[in-house]
Amino acid sequence: MTEVLSRQKMTRRELLARSVAAGATFVVGSGFVGAQNAAWAMEVKHLQPGTMATLIQMARDIYPHDHVADEFYAAAVKGYDAEDKAEMVESGIAGLNAAAQGAGFGDYLNAGWERDRVDILRGMEKSAFFQTVRGGLVTGLYNQKAVWPLFGYEGESYSKGGYIDRGFDDVNWI
Amino acid sequence: MAAPFDLNDDSVVVVIGTGAGGGVLANELAQKGVSVVALEAGGRYLPDDYINDEWESFGQLAWLDARTTSGDWRVARDFSGLPTWIVKAVGGATVHWAGASLRFQDHEWKAATTYGPVQGASLLDWPIDAAEMDPWYTKAEDKLGVTRTGGREGLPGNNNFKVLEAGAKALGYKDVHTGRMAINSAENDGRAACQQVGFCFQGCKFGAKWSSAYADIPRGEATGNLEVRERAHVLKIEHNDAGQVTGVLYADADGNQQLQKARVVCVAGNSIESPRLLLNSASNMFPDGLANSSGQVGRNYMRHMTGSVYAVFDKPVRMWRGTTMAGIITDESRHDPSRGFVGGYEMETLSIGLPFMAAFLDPGGWGREFTTALDGYENMAGMWLVGEDMPQETNRITLNHEVKDQYGLPAPNVHFDDHPNDIAMRNHAYKQGSAIYDAVGATRVFPTPPYPSTHNLGTNRMSENPRDGVVNKWGQTHDVSNLFVSDGSQFTTGAAENPTLTIVALAIRQADHIAGQMNAGNL
Ligand SMILES: Cc1cc2nc3c(=O)[nH]c(=O)nc-3n(C[C@H](O)[C@H](O)[C@H](O)COP(=O)(O)OP(=O)(O)OC[C@H]3O[C@@H](n4cnc5c(N)ncnc54)[C@H](O)[C@@H]3O)c2cc1C
Ligand code: SF4
Repeated sequence: MTEVLSRQKMTRRELLARSVAAGATFVVGSGFVGAQNAAWAMEVKHLQPGTMATLIQMARDIYPHDHVADEFYAAAVKGYDAEDKAEMVESGIAGLNAAAQGAGFGDYLNAGWERDRVDILRGMEKSAFFQTVRGGLVTGLYNQKAVWPLFGYEGESYSKGGYIDRGFDDVNWI
Repeated sequence: MAAPFDLNDDSVVVVIGTGAGGGVLANELAQKGVSVVALEAGGRYLPDDYINDEWESFGQLAWLDARTTSGDWRVARDFSGLPTWIVKAVGGATVHWAGASLRFQDHEWKAATTYGPVQGASLLDWPIDAAEMDPWYTKAEDKLGVTRTGGREGLPGNNNFKVLEAGAKALGYKDVHTGRMAINSAENDGRAACQQVGFCFQGCKFGAKWSSAYADIPRGEATGNLEVRERAHVLKIEHNDAGQVTGVLYADADGNQQLQKARVVCVAGNSIESPRLLLNSASNMFPDGLANSSGQVGRNYMRHMTGSVYAVFDKPVRMWRGTTMAGIITDESRHDPSRGFVGGYEMETLSIGLPFMAAFLDPGGWGREFTTALDGYENMAGMWLVGEDMPQETNRITLNHEVKDQYGLPAPNVHFDDHPNDIAMRNHAYKQGSAIYDAVGATRVFPTPPYPSTHNLGTNRMSENPRDGVVNKWGQTHDVSNLFVSDGSQFTTGAAENPTLTIVALAIRQADHIAGQMNAGNL
């Protein structure tokens, strides 16, 4: 995984002690977002931790793969934690939360069903913010080498001599 | 005189671009003892440099200069700044290409006569025919080492092919095989046999696939008659008061402008850049652009009717293993208007990796409909649909004066509207492609929209009558006798087949003609 996402030296108890819950999925504390079970945590410098948590959830709702863990989505949107992007993201996520409130939820993360969150996203599908996040994910998520094996994709093959002796024609059900 | 040549040497033939057309022409001329300076906008990358990684390779090789789009084609919406997928490097798009190497069918040289009038289409017969092209095709097949021609074996079928073949047979298709490919099935011409790496689009690291980058160019250079200047981007073609071209202005690797004099200039910058260069070379004498008295420069842009069908099965296919495009069904390439359209199409195996699949399967798509498709990636098979599209005068490359490239020159705008014939053909092809996979148990099929154009054709078309096109049967411009067009932009019509074998055959033939005319003192 990317360096910045490396597991912080924090025990689960410390993590929970320092954090406030953000929906069911993430814990956020001052300057970080992490998994409930402390499997990963990510430092944030320019965004509010709650904003990053919401962005990660939004990323998953746009491209949901149940067999792909949150840390890959976190890695995909990590680049938004930058000085020149923070304002755009904060206001985009504020808009998302406002839309969630309009739909009767406390905020986006509090909409428990994916269906409800997707409805909220559909309502802002044409916005520049949504399109920026979606467009960025196409490479941000699917071009992570660590994600490829989760889809069976084997990547580079030249160094292994190609597939001539490694199953280029091994389909056996035809 | 031997290479390198002086900027003031006005005895040289200048070739602009080193792809399928320019790379072959430059070598063929050099073999005949003609002094050639080839100017190539991109850098030089060889098999060791190629990268087995889709986006990284794209960043290394793709042409990413400013371009704009318009028209009703879906590419204009999905990839508005990237109308084409082609290469800026020595070797041009032959570094990227998949190697499918098919001859035109005889009747396709005479589309206007064969199809009759088609409303809205500017169909025209080529001023050459199948009999004339036959020997040049044979030379091209031998140069490229095309499988299933000249006694060369076919490639073995990979997983993706096996699925296609089984489906095709179930549907009763007859002509199904692993293709005529410019990929070695056995060592050939000093290049290795295919190792089934599966990154043909990213440049073949074994050199098993023919590319002018490492086949023709070094051979031409070895004669001492060819100098290739890389990172030399041609900005303008110059002419004298007699209306003959005299040289070309280019920006060198350091961004300095240089003027290379020339006896003959051959334009081979691909069907977007070639007409753009002619338009950007407008002068007092030629206010509408060079060689454009007909007003046809940039018009009749063709990109083939394309589309893909991917399908998911209940068991693994792993289509990415092995050659990207070694599989074809040719039964639908015939001209049979009873299907509701003129011309025909080919169905060819195609695999793209997960990163490109995410970008191209359904551009703009999101949510579970999209992601469950990618979840099936390992169980996916895929094919590309490629057929003849109708030339239309209004599909054209123009100069966009609002957008400038890195040299301050107007960027090309690529305008394309699908012709009703293109749409009818695509729908037919989607239906047949889906039926093929359904016949072998697909659980879901995806009729996938066209990618940015890889086959760019027709914007300086060949015509008998100077009124109808830009170049004559030799690729010589009707207006300027020492100015030639040597790439896919010469195409009068596109035919159903992948174009490169024809571009190469035309380049070999043109080299013969130019050398002959120089010897005879006519050039
Ligand atoms: C992914 C992919 C797969 C393909 N697969 C196949 C296939 O299987 N079969 C097939 O037949 N075809 C295939 N093609 C298409 C094939 O590559 C092209 O048809 C062919 O290369 C076009 O030849 P060309 O000479 O017209 O232009 P190109 O090969 O594109 O060469 C043009 C060259 O000119 C240079 N240039 C442009 N402007 C300037 C300038 N102003 N100054 C200097 N240099 C300039 C460019 O950098 C480039 O090197 C594929 C293409 C792609 C992208
Ligand atoms: S599959 Fe064959 S042709 Fe394609 S890149 Fe690999 S070795 Fe080259």
